Amino acid sequence: MAGTEGITQQELNNSTGETRDETDSRKNDYLQSKVEGKALSKEEKLKLRKEKKQQKKNKKDDKGPAKEEKAKKPVPVMDGQQAQQQRVVKRLPEHIQADDPAVLKKVAKKLERQQIPLRSDYGSKVSLFSHLHQYSRKAPLTQQMSIPSTVIHPSIVHLGLQYSQGIIAGSNSRCIALLHAFKQVIRDYATPRNEELSRDLVNKLKPYISFLNQCRPLSASMGNAIKYIKKEISNVSSNIKEEEAKTTLQNCIDKYIEEKIHLAAKAISKSAFEKISDGDVILVYGCSSLVNYILCDAFERGRKFRVIVVDSRPRLEGRETLRRLVKKGLSCTYVLITAVSYMLPEVSKVFLGAHALLANGYVMSRVGASQIALVAKAYNVPVLVCCETYKFCERVQTDSFVSNELDDPDDLIVTRKGKTELQNWQDIPSLRLLNLVYDVTPPDFVDLVITDLGMIPCTSVPVVLRVKNVDQ
Amino acid sequence: MLLLILMLSVMELQAVVMAAGGGSRMMDLTYSMPKPLLPVGNKPLIWYPLNLLEKIGFEEVIVITTKEVHKQMNIDTKMKLEMVCIQEDADMGTANALRHIQQKIKTDILVVSCDLITDVALHEVVDLFRAHDATLSMLMSKTHEFTETVPGQKGKKKTGEQRDFVGVDSSGKRLLFMANEADLDEELVIKKSIMRKHPRMHIKTGLVDAHLYCLKKSVVDFLADNKSITSIRGELIPYLVRKQFSASTNSQKTKDDSEKNQKKTDLKTPDIHISSKDEDLLDLAREKSCWNDHRGDMSDAYHGGKLRCYVHIMEDGMCYRVNTLAAYIEANRLAPKVFSEEFPIHPTAEISEQSMVGADSIIGAACHVSEKSSIKRSTIGASSCIKEKVKITNSIIMNGVTIEEGCNIQGSVICNQAVISRGADIKYCLVGSGQCIEAEGSCFTMGPLINCNIPFLLSVAGCPGEAGSYQLHKALEAAVN
Repeated sequence: MAGTEGITQQELNNSTGETRDETDSRKNDYLQSKVEGKALSKEEKLKLRKEKKQQKKNKKDDKGPAKEEKAKKPVPVMDGQQAQQQRVVKRLPEHIQADDPAVLKKVAKKLERQQIPLRSDYGSKVSLFSHLHQYSRKAPLTQQMSIPSTVIHPSIVHLGLQYSQGIIAGSNSRCIALLHAFKQVIRDYATPRNEELSRDLVNKLKPYISFLNQCRPLSASMGNAIKYIKKEISNVSSNIKEEEAKTTLQNCIDKYIEEKIHLAAKAISKSAFEKISDGDVILVYGCSSLVNYILCDAFERGRKFRVIVVDSRPRLEGRETLRRLVKKGLSCTYVLITAVSYMLPEVSKVFLGAHALLANGYVMSRVGASQIALVAKAYNVPVLVCCETYKFCERVQTDSFVSNELDDPDDLIVTRKGKTELQNWQDIPSLRLLNLVYDVTPPDFVDLVITDLGMIPCTSVPVVLRVKNVDQ
Repeated sequence: MLLLILMLSVMELQAVVMAAGGGSRMMDLTYSMPKPLLPVGNKPLIWYPLNLLEKIGFEEVIVITTKEVHKQMNIDTKMKLEMVCIQEDADMGTANALRHIQQKIKTDILVVSCDLITDVALHEVVDLFRAHDATLSMLMSKTHEFTETVPGQKGKKKTGEQRDFVGVDSSGKRLLFMANEADLDEELVIKKSIMRKHPRMHIKTGLVDAHLYCLKKSVVDFLADNKSITSIRGELIPYLVRKQFSASTNSQKTKDDSEKNQKKTDLKTPDIHISSKDEDLLDLAREKSCWNDHRGDMSDAYHGGKLRCYVHIMEDGMCYRVNTLAAYIEANRLAPKVFSEEFPIHPTAEISEQSMVGADSIIGAACHVSEKSSIKRSTIGASSCIKEKVKITNSIIMNGVTIEEGCNIQGSVICNQAVISRGADIKYCLVGSGQCIEAEGSCFTMGPLINCNIPFLLSVAGCPGEAGSYQLHKALEAAVN
């Protein structure tokens, strides 16, 4: 099996960045010449045209090797100028290539080999997002599997179902549930003869991870947790007995949760406490377990503040936040995101949770968070993002289109007084429903990131990642 | 080889088929043949639940049955059937049967009754069980009106059976309330605790309980401790449904409390085989998740209750429990349409060219159908012999029956080894096993003819308490005339 398979979310989209640089420089030249009043000679025009053509060809060649199994093929050198573009092309992850039949075939083959059913897409997609998968909650993956699941461990099947139905949602919660399921798997694992635990267990986990990926695309927190587990398993020495190894692994998992989630939450809460002053009006969006923890903790320690909970359809997660905060005793206001610019003049701070922090400083969070950050910036309200370091991700993304998740489009349909207007939306050929899950907020809109390593600006995220990699 | 490596040592669900019941509501059929072996569409009744389990992927099934059934059972299936025989006259309740096999049960179970004929997508029921970590998940279906005339009954059947009141929440999945009309006096009493948690409850009465239950292993262990519960449907299920809202299961538990409570034999936190530390982890994951199954009040998901019961109500599709004569006839009519994979006419049957066999009839193996006979909308069992000029409509003929020439059979059920002599005219009757109707005899809508040979009037007829013994008397009179 190719070693680079699995959940490496390490694709760097540098290729497109570089070509953009080249065209930019050439564009600058052209503009400059225009500004200087020089008309472009025929030769220069021809040259430009030729270069453009070659670049287009180059791009096609880039995509070609990217889809092959051995992805390290260098770009064929076309010209003297293209020699600068010789670089290694990294593979794009499969889950954002849903419109590429070659990739789909490859994925189908892999799943067939692992005996996992393939989940089929549902409904017509908006063309801009046709490279992402869109599944229906009414067609769970278990429909195509045998009922006492023999290939996948039962706790993984339970987990996959809970993910796809949204019962476990939120990056911390998903990560903890995943680690819990892995603990069960490890507990029930028995090393077959002539195999080593360190290698066999990792191979056992691969189909489970594919299964979970089919149920719902993995989050960054889950990806990092899986990387950690795999590393720990591979580091199990072959001398120790199986029982000991299993206990060690389970303890590693417990330690990971304790350190990266619990203690991190406590540290973040402590830092955040300094930032919350008496009389503050704090705006939160959606339901972030970390932000809820911070607010409840600050309230318990005696800070006097009130909270404005902003919510958005179709998930309406803000209701959960509202319920939990009011249960604790905080005074809350509840608005929908459409009213945010009306509420912002009263707000003193905005606290946002994050799904992941990307390597270029962008914050990936629930769709709508970037809107809140944008409006807050317009009103000069500070935006603080709270995120544990284990959610830091080496991916680079500048827009919300390239890598996102499409939720069930039927969630957008509303039934009022027994009538569902959009019930047969699929019959209308020109209608598409789009239910995005995530969006990315640029670092210019984020004033501070509170992590367990301290309070850092958004641009220091790559430093943290570099330090983490050095440690490991 | 690769397949072996991917198989698990951990089983998720064990299937248990209850085939020891006596079929007390259709004694006319079951006095001579045990219920699991009654032919429906020329397959024994127990084939249908076993087929359902085999289709979804079960490989091992525990079948609880009597020795008699075990001897006669001959099911062609790829699954490994583990037969557990219990005494026939012990009259064990279904819960007692589960208690009997408690040692074999290592994980959660799926209990199916042998008389269930359905084409439900079973993953709907099991997914509720898995996703919500439920203690009980069951299947119900909307009742269908029986359209066929049942032999032995005058006019339309009254709902003599007691209705079931089933209360579900607004999503239609969570089971809140279950009571049978027989247990209620004049009022339906709903506890306030249920209404506080679920202000909107839909109460349905037109539902058929399919007797298909997913139960957690802790329930089986609980049954082993609580010997007072004898029947799953009658006692265990209502108990579990009530227990969801009982105060003791819902109080905020600290570790000490849960230890104290576990000393009692009450069913508390369903603690399966996971250690308490892992249970904490799962609770933590749920706590941090931004999901709630209800809204409008201040409680957590599931109102903090650990015991949850779910139901999947089938809207369309087939779901029959063959426990009455009417259901048996209806099932015979419809089951073959859904389940027959082979030819409706068995290849070894000999059918003469001049006979007419309708498209919706089923002929069993090694049958003989002679010329000028017409068979419409009927089922003929194996090794039966139909002579010339016989007209069979809307009937069920079981195995080894001989029907002499010129007979006219309509809307009837003829059981095994019966002999219908020449020219008999049988309408809407049930002829018992091994009986003989005399030549030129005519029987008409009077009811089951059991244990009597018409010409000889050897009334061994008195199977005491048999349904229709009065009608039997009348039928004898009519037949003699």
